[in-house]
Amino acid sequence: MNAEPYIQIEGITKSYDEVTPIKDVSLSVYKGEFFSLLGRSGCGKTTLLRVLAGFEEVTSGRILIDGIDITNLPAYKRPVNMMFQSYALFPHMTVYQNIAFGLKQDGLGKSAIDDRVKEMLSLVQLDGFGDRKPDQLSGGQRQRVALARTLAKRPKLILLDEPLTALDKRLREETQFELVNIQEKVGITFILVTHDQEEAMTMSTRMAVMEDGKIRQVGVPHDVYEFPNSRYVAEFIGSINLFDGITVEQGTDYVLIETPEIECRCHATHTGTLPLGSNVTLAIRPEKIMISSTRPEQAYNWTKGIVQEIAYLGDVSIYYVKLDSGKMVLATLPNLLRLTDRSFQWEDTVYLFWRSENSLVLTA
Amino acid sequence: MKLKTLSSIFLGSKKKLVELAQHNNSKFWLEIVPLLWIITFFILPLLTVFKISFAESVFGIPPFTEIFTVMKNYMFEIKLSLKNYITMFRDPYYVTAFINSLYLSVVSTILCFLIGFPMAYGIHRVRDRLKTIFLLLVSLSFWTSFLIRIYSWMSLLSVNGMINTALIKLGIISSPIQFIGTYFAVALGLVFCYLPFMIFPIYAVLEKVDKSYIESAYDLGCRPTKTFWRITVPLAKSGIISGSVLVFSATIGEFVVPELMGGADSITFGRVLWNEFFTNLDWSMSCALSIGMMLIITIPIFMVRKSEII
Repeated sequence: MNAEPYIQIEGITKSYDEVTPIKDVSLSVYKGEFFSLLGRSGCGKTTLLRVLAGFEEVTSGRILIDGIDITNLPAYKRPVNMMFQSYALFPHMTVYQNIAFGLKQDGLGKSAIDDRVKEMLSLVQLDGFGDRKPDQLSGGQRQRVALARTLAKRPKLILLDEPLTALDKRLREETQFELVNIQEKVGITFILVTHDQEEAMTMSTRMAVMEDGKIRQVGVPHDVYEFPNSRYVAEFIGSINLFDGITVEQGTDYVLIETPEIECRCHATHTGTLPLGSNVTLAIRPEKIMISSTRPEQAYNWTKGIVQEIAYLGDVSIYYVKLDSGKMVLATLPNLLRLTDRSFQWEDTVYLFWRSENSLVLTA
Repeated sequence: MKLKTLSSIFLGSKKKLVELAQHNNSKFWLEIVPLLWIITFFILPLLTVFKISFAESVFGIPPFTEIFTVMKNYMFEIKLSLKNYITMFRDPYYVTAFINSLYLSVVSTILCFLIGFPMAYGIHRVRDRLKTIFLLLVSLSFWTSFLIRIYSWMSLLSVNGMINTALIKLGIISSPIQFIGTYFAVALGLVFCYLPFMIFPIYAVLEKVDKSYIESAYDLGCRPTKTFWRITVPLAKSGIISGSVLVFSATIGEFVVPELMGGADSITFGRVLWNEFFTNLDWSMSCALSIGMMLIITIPIFMVRKSEII
């Protein structure tokens, strides 16, 4: 990864008459990265993608690709290609003509176009499909043609707008890995827009979580999941248990938190300074919580409750435990044993406990 | 589009009826109403016309010979005469009328396309609020009587009309131009009256074309003008064809415009038909002409449909 960012988005704002879908967004993407923009619908991620493609003009800010300012270039002059959610394959053209379309605009020779189209078709494993029309292809095949068409011009940046949502679950999972493999093979920088966090986490090298036209957090998937910087990101990515509390003791690498929802104090790993008595949120992922039928021996980080629901998902089960305070806590346990041997049942009183380094203190 | 549904009802009716009757659900009754309607008001009259076209003209009531006669001993007599059809293809009067109609119709269809496509595209591109206004303006011409519109054009184009007066006052011409009675006037009248039939189908298709096709073409490096010709126009093909079929089939049988705005030489199918029926009282000949014209119009349309363009 180069130290110099390849794509620089500098203070982009996009406003329409009454709404501002993008508010002062700055972002750097490095060469060869698979970057994801993740967010709920209406968070501005698609608008940002369309700004990069050149379909929307920015109100203020700059976009640089490889050091060149492309902010005011029209879409047809940008070294950027987009794969549309609907794929937008031209229905009156064959697969071959669709892939060749962009190359023709570059004025490439006939034999050069032919070579490139063949190469693209074999890259997406559709050799021999050149003469078909888009309506003679399955959803998965159309998706590959769309990918081939975006790759064909070897752009500096490829934008993918929810490319997998039209596929069924099984095919989607297969395609995720294939897309990553192809991206690694061609080495082009990808920016993907998705609302599906699993998709973003599986495929991307880094991701940005967007909310209300702003970027909330940027990082590698692992960091965003394990160390969310805010309540919003923590709740958006995966599921999480949140407890509101106040700090009562501060050490060099820990804080003690008191929360009305848990009977004992919580000991959480935390560097940085927090004034005593500040309002914080304690966050614990369900898979980090352990369940026991006897009271754990630790002084901190445990609580007691009654199993209300058990959601059996096959590989894991999610236990919904109601604490004495009335708070519902989720705990995920892998199903190491067969269902009949389950150690906890409905209405069982159980103890929940977790390790200090697995809980997180959120201040935002 | 209408033709498509009609023909599908024709072609699929027998099989469908049986299938639907077996299902015996409410859908059957939903579908049988339009079917009965079409049989009563379209197929039966058409068959009557078809029958009369094989009769011969006589003086009397009705003014044609009987084709089916019931005789004694349970015998039938069927007298079919191909005289009308032979006359139609032999007599240069009818052939000329047909060629004239075809010529006028093709020219007006092309003109309607050349004017209608830019209009439809323009309406498609303006803001939503303006769209409604423009569409209303296009359909506004339907709200005035067809005849009044034609008479207005006649007065505009007449020797003492506004256009001639203006041109003379401006010094462009010295003596008035005789517009009325020319092919130009007929074509103008036809284009004026049938332009909306071209605009609406093209507009409807353009509205349905997914914007991402256009964006995708830009994205792949295609300039806007080229995108228009390479993507927009081909994707509007079905609208262009429906519009052309509508204008073509409406203008080829047109009677009023050629009669009022055309001269003695612009003899068209519609005028010939009128003459045969109302002046010569030759029902069988006019029926044969109708059938002939219908075949001549429908055959190219079905050929177009076969090639799966519509």
